[in-house]
Amino acid sequence: MLNIFCPHCGETRSEEEFHAHGQAHIVRPENPAECSDEEWGDYIFFRDNPRGIHHELWVHSGGCRKFFNATRHTVTYEIYETYKIGEKPSVTEASVAAAKASAQGVTA
Amino acid sequence: MSQVNRLTNGGRIDRSQPLNFSFNGQSYQGFAGDSLAAALLANGVDIVGRSFKYSRPRGIVAAGSEEPNAILQIGSTEEAQIPNVRATQQALYSGLVATSTNGWPSVNTDMMGILGKVGGKMMPPGFYYKTFMYPQNLWLTYEKYIRKAAGLGRAPTEVDPDSYDYLNQHCDVLVVGAGPAGLAAALAAGRSGARVILADEQEEFGGSLLDTRELLDGKPAAEWAAEALAELQGMPEVTLLLRATVNGYHDHNFLTIHQRMTDHIGEVAPMGMVRQRMHRVRAKRVVLATGAHERPLVYANNDVPGNMLAGAVSTYVRRYAVLPGRKLVLSTNNDYAYRVVLDWLDAGQQVVAVADARTNPRGTWVEQARARGVRILTGSAVVEARGSKRVDAARICAIDVAKHKVTSSGEVLDCDLIVSSGGYSPVVHLASHLGGRPTWQADLLAFVPGEGLQKRVCAGAVKGVFALGDTLADGFEAGVMAAAEVGFDAAVGTLPSVEQLNEEATVALFQVPHDKSTARAPKQFVDFQNDVTAAGIELATREGFESVEHVKRYTALGFGTDQGKLGNINGLAIAARSLGISIEQMGTTMFRPNYTPVTFGAVAGRHCGALFEPKRYTAMHAWHVANGAEFEDVGQWKRPWYFPKNGEDLHAAVARECLAVRNAVGILDASTLGKIDIQGPDAREFLNRVYTNAWTKLDVGKARYGLMCKEDGMVFDDGVTACLADNHFLMTTTTGGAARVLDWLELYHQTEWPDLKVYFTSVTDHWATMTLSGPNSRKLLAEVTDIDLDKDAFPFMAWKEGEVGGVPARVFRISFTGELSYEVNVQADYAMGVWQKIIEAGKKHGLTPYGTETMHVLRAEKGFIIVGQDTDGSVTPDDLNMSWCVGRNKPFSWIGLRGMNRQDCVREQRKQLVGLKPVNPQQILPEGAQLVFDPKQAIPMTMVGHVTSSYMSAALGYSFAMAMVKGGLQRIGERVFAPLVDGSVIEAEIVSSVFYDPKGERQNV
Amino acid sequence: MSNVNVYQQRPADAKAESPLFHASLHELVGKGPTDAGVTLTEKKLLGHLTLRGDGKDPAFAEAVHSALGMELPGALSVVSHGGASLQWLSPDEWLLIVPSGEELAAEQKLREALAGQHISIINVSGGQTLLELRGKNVREVLMKSTSYDVHPGNFPVGKAVATHFAKAQLVIRHSAEDTWELVIRRSFSDYFWLWLQDASAEYGLSIVE
Repeated sequence: MLNIFCPHCGETRSEEEFHAHGQAHIVRPENPAECSDEEWGDYIFFRDNPRGIHHELWVHSGGCRKFFNATRHTVTYEIYETYKIGEKPSVTEASVAAAKASAQGVTA
Repeated sequence: MSQVNRLTNGGRIDRSQPLNFSFNGQSYQGFAGDSLAAALLANGVDIVGRSFKYSRPRGIVAAGSEEPNAILQIGSTEEAQIPNVRATQQALYSGLVATSTNGWPSVNTDMMGILGKVGGKMMPPGFYYKTFMYPQNLWLTYEKYIRKAAGLGRAPTEVDPDSYDYLNQHCDVLVVGAGPAGLAAALAAGRSGARVILADEQEEFGGSLLDTRELLDGKPAAEWAAEALAELQGMPEVTLLLRATVNGYHDHNFLTIHQRMTDHIGEVAPMGMVRQRMHRVRAKRVVLATGAHERPLVYANNDVPGNMLAGAVSTYVRRYAVLPGRKLVLSTNNDYAYRVVLDWLDAGQQVVAVADARTNPRGTWVEQARARGVRILTGSAVVEARGSKRVDAARICAIDVAKHKVTSSGEVLDCDLIVSSGGYSPVVHLASHLGGRPTWQADLLAFVPGEGLQKRVCAGAVKGVFALGDTLADGFEAGVMAAAEVGFDAAVGTLPSVEQLNEEATVALFQVPHDKSTARAPKQFVDFQNDVTAAGIELATREGFESVEHVKRYTALGFGTDQGKLGNINGLAIAARSLGISIEQMGTTMFRPNYTPVTFGAVAGRHCGALFEPKRYTAMHAWHVANGAEFEDVGQWKRPWYFPKNGEDLHAAVARECLAVRNAVGILDASTLGKIDIQGPDAREFLNRVYTNAWTKLDVGKARYGLMCKEDGMVFDDGVTACLADNHFLMTTTTGGAARVLDWLELYHQTEWPDLKVYFTSVTDHWATMTLSGPNSRKLLAEVTDIDLDKDAFPFMAWKEGEVGGVPARVFRISFTGELSYEVNVQADYAMGVWQKIIEAGKKHGLTPYGTETMHVLRAEKGFIIVGQDTDGSVTPDDLNMSWCVGRNKPFSWIGLRGMNRQDCVREQRKQLVGLKPVNPQQILPEGAQLVFDPKQAIPMTMVGHVTSSYMSAALGYSFAMAMVKGGLQRIGERVFAPLVDGSVIEAEIVSSVFYDPKGERQNV
Repeated sequence: MSNVNVYQQRPADAKAESPLFHASLHELVGKGPTDAGVTLTEKKLLGHLTLRGDGKDPAFAEAVHSALGMELPGALSVVSHGGASLQWLSPDEWLLIVPSGEELAAEQKLREALAGQHISIINVSGGQTLLELRGKNVREVLMKSTSYDVHPGNFPVGKAVATHFAKAQLVIRHSAEDTWELVIRRSFSDYFWLWLQDASAEYGLSIVE
C-alpha cells in the first residue's frame, strides 16, 4: 500500500484514494492533423517501461480530484517526489546517476 | 487419567479454573492459561496428527508459531469450523473441540500409515509430479485420493456466525514482538511520546521473559515484563495488541496484523464482539523484534512423538507446568540449550544424558548441569531415536562434525523424551517480505535480515543478538532510534541488570551423521509439515536441482503454512553440503506474507454479505420495490429491470411494457444517468473539443445528442447535453460511464487545456430523472405541470423550466424510445412525491412503469446504440453509421478526429453496425453469437461479425438484432448465419438497424 | 440575461424525502442502548452548494468573505458562521452548507459578489446529506472505515477531508472533540447507513433527532 503525498492537499494519503494514469509528460501534439499515423500511434499507444525512475500521472480521485505527477522507482516503489501539472521533476534518471557518480567520487 | 503430566506447582496457569475440552472425541481437562498444546501434553497425548505424505504419527514439537505438527481443526459445529490452527497458538477455553487434521480414519491406527511404511521409497520428492501426471485423465481420481490422504483441514460449509473487521492504525513506531527486545524498544519509543503500537502473537506479552530462568534485577524476568507492560499501559499514545500476529510487511511500511480478539474465549465470539480483526498499520518506523526460532537437529526418526525442541520443553515446564515426558535426553551443539536440563532437574525429573557435539563445552550452564551430576557426552549426538508411537530410547554416538561421520558404535539409552537444539534461527520472515534478502553470518550460524529499503530497524535475536542483557539494550536503542528518526527526543531510562553468562561458541551441526548413508538411514526429517527428509534434499540435488529456489519447489521444503520456520536452515545446509558449497553460496529462499495462516473472515472483514459492494439507489427505489420490480445491476446501481404483473416472466412483462410505451405511455426511472454541470465562458469550446459533433450553434433552451471518442477515434460514451444558458450546460452520460467521463473531462482540462475557463461538477445524485414516453405522454404531463407543452412552444430537443407535481423541474423533450417523450428532472428530495403524482395522474392514460429491459428493446427497435453493449472500444462513429454525428470541419482538432482518420479506421471492410432480421421471426439470436457468411464451410469458419443486441419485438411482431458485420452497410439484403454451440444455425437477413418508425415521425409530434 | 441558469429548485410546500428517509430514523430514536458509544443524526435537507473559483485570487477570497461572512478556508479546513459552514474541497472547490431553503439566496448573494469572475456555483442539495456522529467510540468506527488517520494529532477539530470510506468515498469533518460529520452522496447513503450500523455494533449505536 503506497503512501502518496498529494501536492494539492499538502499531505500524505493512502494509495486507495488515488488512481494511476500511466506515464507523465505525454503532450498532445499541437496539430494532430500534421501527425503521420505512426506519430499519432506513438502518442496514443507507446509508453516507456523503465526499470528505475519513472514519472507518472496520478489523480487524487478520492480526495481533491486533482491530477499531479509522481516520480516513482519501478523496482522499489519508492516515490521520490510528487509535483503539480506543469512543473518539472527534480529527480530524474540523470540526476540520480549524477548523484551516484558524485557519491562514488567522494568515496574513491 | 487426568493431567498425568501436570506439575503440582508453578507455571503461569490458573489451577482454580479447570477447563474441559475434547480432542479427537476424547474428553480432557486443562487449566486457564494453557495453550491447547500444553493441555494435550499435560494429558499425555502423544500423537496429534499424521504426516502429510508418509502418514507417520506426529507429536508436538514446539511451543510457538513454528509448530509443524499440531495443526488442528477446531470447532464443535459446522459453522464454527476453523482449519489449520496451531495447538501451540490456541488458548484453551472451556468446551474447546479439536480434531486432527490428518489421519484417516484415526490418528492412532492410520490405514495410510501402512502405505507410508511400505511405501517410503514409493514417495520420493517429486513423487506427485512423476507419478500422477500421466495419464492425465486419471488425475481427478488421484486427486480425490491424495486430498483425503493429505488434507490440511477443511473449510466450514455453513455460514460463519461471527463478525470480523479491519482497523486502520497509524503510528510513529510499530514494534513487532514483545519479548525482551520488543518490550525495551516499546518502552524507549513510548517514553519519548511517540505513537507506538506493540504487537505480539502470544497470549501474554513478554516472549522468552515468561519462561527464562534468567533474572532481571535479581527477580524473575516475568516480573520485569509485567512492570514494563504496566508502564506501557499507562501511556496514552501506546497501543498494545495481544494475540496479534504481524503477518505481512508491505510497501511503504504498511503492515497487516491479524488479531484474534475472542478465539481464547470460545469458538464463537460473545454477542456484540468482533471475533478477529485485521489491523492495517501505516507506520513511520518499524522495529522488528521478532526473535529467533530454535532449530532442531536432524537425526534418524527425529519425528517420532517424544522428539521435541529443547527450548519448547523449557517453556512447557516453566510456563505451563507440564512435563512432556519423564526421562530426558538432550542433543545440542550450543550452551543455551542447557537451560532445559536445569529446568528439568528443577522439576524433579531425570536427565538421562546430554549429547553435546562440542568437544569441551565449559559454559556457565554447562558447568551448572555438570555440577548437578548430569552425564554429558561430549563430541556426541543423538543419531537415532527409537520407538514407533513414542520415543523409548536414544542412540548416542560420538561424531566427527567436520567429516560428517559417526565415530563410535555408541550406546542406546532408555528415555521417553529427546530434545534437541541445533542453534537459533532469527525470524527474518517479515524483514524479507519486501525483498531484503537475508545474509548469512557464519559466526552466528544464522541468516540475519539483509538490508531493507523500508524504514525499519531490527532489534535483538532477529539480528543475532542473543544474550538477554544485550537484547534488552539493543531493543532499547532501536526504540530510541526509531522515535528519534520521526522527531521524538530520546527518552531516558535504565534497563534491568542481567547476570552475565559465560557462553561458548556453537558448533555448526545441522544434519547429524548416521552410520548408514542418508539414503539408507532411517528417515531424518527436515520439514515435518511437508514431510521433507534429508535424503529427499540430497536426491533433489543429485537430480540437478541446485538453486535453493528449485530445491524448495521440488521437495516442498518450507511450503505452505509452515514457511520454513523450523526446517529452512537445516534444509539449506544439507543441500549445500550435498553440493559441496557453503551455506552462504547456497543462499536462502525468501518468505512471503502471511507469516502464519489468516482466516478468510479476517481477510474479508466487514466487506461481505450486504456490505460486499456498495449498492446505489435512486430516490424512487422504495416505490419500485413496493411495486414488485425485478432489479438489474448497472455498475453499482440497482435499476428496475422489469415490473412483472400476475406472475409474468421477463418476456411477457417486457412485451407488455413495450406495447404500453408504443401505444399509450410508460414511465422509467432514469436517475442513474450521469449528469455533469458545466459552467464557464469556455464551456462551449470545451464541448466542441470532447464531443465529435459541433456545439457552437446550440441555442439556449436546446439540447443535443453527442458522441465522445478517445484519441484513437473509438466511441467511449454518449449522451445528451443541454444548453442551460450561454455559459452553462448540463451533460448527461451513460449510467456506467458517469465517473469515467467526469474524470476524462478533468484530465483534459487539468493537463491539456488549463487555459479554458470552465468547471465541471457532478450533479448525478442531485437530480432525480423520470422519463415519460409514449403517445399519451403530453396529455399526461399536461395534467401535472404548468409548462406549455404545445409542440411549437416546446419542440423536440428543447427543454423548459416549470413545476411538475408542484415541484420546480427542468423538463427535457428528448427521446430514447422514438416516441414522444419528456424527461422530468427534480431535486431528488422531492422526486418520490412527483413520481407518485405522475403515477396517479397516469392511471387514466394507461401509464405503465417500465424497466431497463424494455428501454433496451425500444431503443434497439430505433437502432439507438448502447455504448458498451453495441460498442466495445474498437468501434468508430463511422462503424456505427453515425457519421452524421461527426463534425469533421470543426476548427479545433477534437479528441478522436485524428484517431478515426488513421489508415485502419478508414479502410474498407471494417465491421459496421447493421440490423439483423432472423428468417424465422420467432428465433432470437443469442447476443454475442458469431456470424459467418457460409455456414457450410469447414471449421474453423471465417467469422465476419457478431450480434451485439437481440430481442423479440412486441411492436413489430418478430425478433430482431443489431450486429457488427464486416462491410455490413454494403450488404443490406444479404444473409448471414449464426452457427450455435448446439450445432443449429440461425439464418438472418442483413437490414437497416432502424426497425421502427424509420422517419422518426413518432417522436416529433 | 444571466449567462447561467439559476432558479429555485426547492418547492415551497412539498413532501421531502432525505437520502436516509427510507431508514425511518425517527422511529429508531430512543431504541438504542442508553450508554451507546456512537450516536447518529441525519442533518437532513440542508442547502448544499458547490463553489468553484480560483483560490489563489485574492479578489475571489474577498468576494466570498463579503458574501458569506466567512474567510475562505484553506486546504483541508472547514469554517462556520451562523448556521452555515464553508469547507475546502480542492484548490478551486468549496462546499457551502446553509440552512434548508437558504441555498438560492446564498447562491444569488455569492454570484452578486463574484460578478465578473470565472466561477461556478452548483446546487447539490438533493444529492447529498450530512450525518453527525457523536460519542466516545466514533474514532474507532472511523478507524474501521477509512485509511485516513483520525488521531486528533492529525485530524484536529476544524479539519475536513475527502477520503475513501469502506468501499466508497465521502467527506469527514471533525466538528467538536467527540463530534464528527460525514458528507455522503444520496445514492450511497443506504450503503453507509448499513456500514455504520455494522461498524458501531460493538459500541452500541443510538439515533438522535
